[in-house]
Amino acid sequence: MAFEGLTSKLQETFRKLKGKGKLSEKDVKDAMREVKLALLEADVNYKVVKDFINSVSARAVGQEVMESLTPGQHVIKIVNEELIALLGKSESKLIVSKVPPTIIMFVGLQGAGKTTMAGKLALHLKKHNKRPLLVACDIYRPAAIKQLQVLGAQIDVPVFSLGDKTNPVDIARAGIENGKRNGNDYVIIDTAGRLHIDEELMNELKNIKEAVNPNEILLVVDAMTGQDAVNVAEHFNGNLDITGVILTKLDGDTRGGAAISVNAVTGKPIKFVGTGEKLSDLEIFYPDRMASRILGMGDILSLIEKAQESIDEKKALDLQRKIMQQEYTLDDFLEQMQQMKKMGPLKDLLKMIPGFDASKLGDLDIDEKEMAHTEAIIKSMTKQERQNPSIINASRKKRIARGSGTSIQEVNKLLSGFEQARKMMKQFAGMQKGMKKGKFKFPFFK
Amino acid sequence: MGWFDKLKEGLTKTRNNITEKVEQLLSLTKTIDDELYEELEEILIMADVGVNTTNKIIDLLRKRIKEKKVSDAGQVKEHLKDILSEIMGGNAQNVLPESTPAVYMIVGVNGVGKTTSIGKMANYLKGKGYRIMLAAGDTFRAAAIDQLEVWGNRAGVDVIKHKEGADPAAVIYDAIQSAKARHVDVLICDTAGRLHNKKNLMEELRKINRVVEREYPEAYKQTFLVLDATTGQNALIQAKQFIGVASVNGIILTKLDGTAKGGVVVAINDELSIPVKMIGVGEGMEDLQEFDPKAFVDALF
Repeated sequence: MAFEGLTSKLQETFRKLKGKGKLSEKDVKDAMREVKLALLEADVNYKVVKDFINSVSARAVGQEVMESLTPGQHVIKIVNEELIALLGKSESKLIVSKVPPTIIMFVGLQGAGKTTMAGKLALHLKKHNKRPLLVACDIYRPAAIKQLQVLGAQIDVPVFSLGDKTNPVDIARAGIENGKRNGNDYVIIDTAGRLHIDEELMNELKNIKEAVNPNEILLVVDAMTGQDAVNVAEHFNGNLDITGVILTKLDGDTRGGAAISVNAVTGKPIKFVGTGEKLSDLEIFYPDRMASRILGMGDILSLIEKAQESIDEKKALDLQRKIMQQEYTLDDFLEQMQQMKKMGPLKDLLKMIPGFDASKLGDLDIDEKEMAHTEAIIKSMTKQERQNPSIINASRKKRIARGSGTSIQEVNKLLSGFEQARKMMKQFAGMQKGMKKGKFKFPFFK
Repeated sequence: MGWFDKLKEGLTKTRNNITEKVEQLLSLTKTIDDELYEELEEILIMADVGVNTTNKIIDLLRKRIKEKKVSDAGQVKEHLKDILSEIMGGNAQNVLPESTPAVYMIVGVNGVGKTTSIGKMANYLKGKGYRIMLAAGDTFRAAAIDQLEVWGNRAGVDVIKHKEGADPAAVIYDAIQSAKARHVDVLICDTAGRLHNKKNLMEELRKINRVVEREYPEAYKQTFLVLDATTGQNALIQAKQFIGVASVNGIILTKLDGTAKGGVVVAINDELSIPVKMIGVGEGMEDLQEFDPKAFVDALF
């Protein structure tokens, strides 16, 4: 997802810290200089970074760090806590109206991804058995209404529009009436994007707010936004008193420092993040997890949650045990692969594993075809072969290749790949033990 | 109103633009010390110039101040301006074709203003006397084709399109045939906004380029990358990625009329030597301006 760039930067910094015994004052200062650069390169606002560095340094200089037995760990702890504080402490859910419909208003700059995000949120709600209605209030951008209608049709969610000749305030009002009549429990209002310093737009948004009294006013922010994120957030929050933030386009190699900036200046929680071009690419934002991810502890919790959506817990626990005891077989591999298909790209999952430097992964795009081949190969093996791949000799390989319609080379590739995976798991298992010793909770399964 | 005025106007809208801050700072600070440099550094970083380029600039500035034995803090600004101009380098830029027929590919990530810039560019080139045609190569985003058509109508130029979801390479192929038949001078091709790390979409772009290469070898080809001025350091990554797929000839920098300072431009010139060709400074049809590095720096100070 995001933050890898930042993660690897910070990991680098802390590697340097870890190697030493006690931290001198100079060490802390040097480390903070690097944290500062890393954060700045990640587009966190300069002033936010400054505050962050000051507050962390202040705590460190309060001798906690220097007197601690494991200074490196202690710095990580402090930096982590401060980052969580910046990111908004806990996961934040949508505010729900006591009397339906819950009204959600989207605001933001042009090109931030409001319309697409409106579609994504509608789909998200629909998946949770809600009945959302989309209301098209962007009458300015050419074809914005059409775009919302197309999205609505794709996810089978109704779109309310009065064309581009009616006042957006009236459209919003009529849209909500329409939603009430049709029993929609959520009404999502898509508004026009323009510059934040555009008074006219702000007034229009204020008027819509006044007319429909939304439960949520969500500011949609492009995760790639630079230093200007602070201005944008300040303007929208100052004028509209937003209730939350949605971060979009977090699937690039975006470092996403804007998340920290926006949160710091508005104090409003980030509620969702958009992570891809597909309408299902929407995730809930967890500040604590994001912080640990920034620190290189990964987002193992997200991984678990994502996994639980598609794997039942017993299977997962079973797998966990197998990994720990290194009983991992090709059968497990096959099963995992099938579950993986339900979960999304492997790369996304790997990135959530602590200490995993995604930039070193290189090209790990696994295409569907290759997965299908792998599946065919494993299915062409006997039960015994799957349990114990070491018995697969040349003649068995030949049979497997023929049976699966692949080549011996491909069978070889799979076997060596599997062996590597197994080794990797061994390492993870080892790492986990080490971390426990260091009193670092490894949040695999609580 | 000339582009310079328009730019200046756009920049004065900026509440805390670089100039103001430098002036402020220099009127307060009297001696040249580390604090002064640190604050100049802050100003550049706040303008999205980026850590690397900022450090480079500040180092150069320190050296120069020392060499020239400058003692007046007020002079520092002039030297900083010089350095910025040098990095931005070169002459005024535009997107006029060196020869016709020409094919322009417009690329960039989602939401930077590609389609809008194409509309403005069509208007700009038409105003210079060229026959223009647009190709609706973004078949991915919902209603992107309609959006381009609206712009085509506004500018009074033809738009070649297929249905949503169609193969973009096929759209470009058709557009090339039409452009030949109608003796069009510049064919401007819209493409789907792609996040630069999405492999398939980048592949699609390669395919389109192959079609252009094969079907229209005689054309003068240019690829312009559209960047959003509010984007931070990720703009550099975007530029690097697109360079890997197509030879990017220039940058169209959009949304420079907000509070974003456009400092990315400095970093891009410094690190990648891709010139900025045009800048978007508003929402109107005429709000796409030729880019002059020197005037740009001048307007900042």
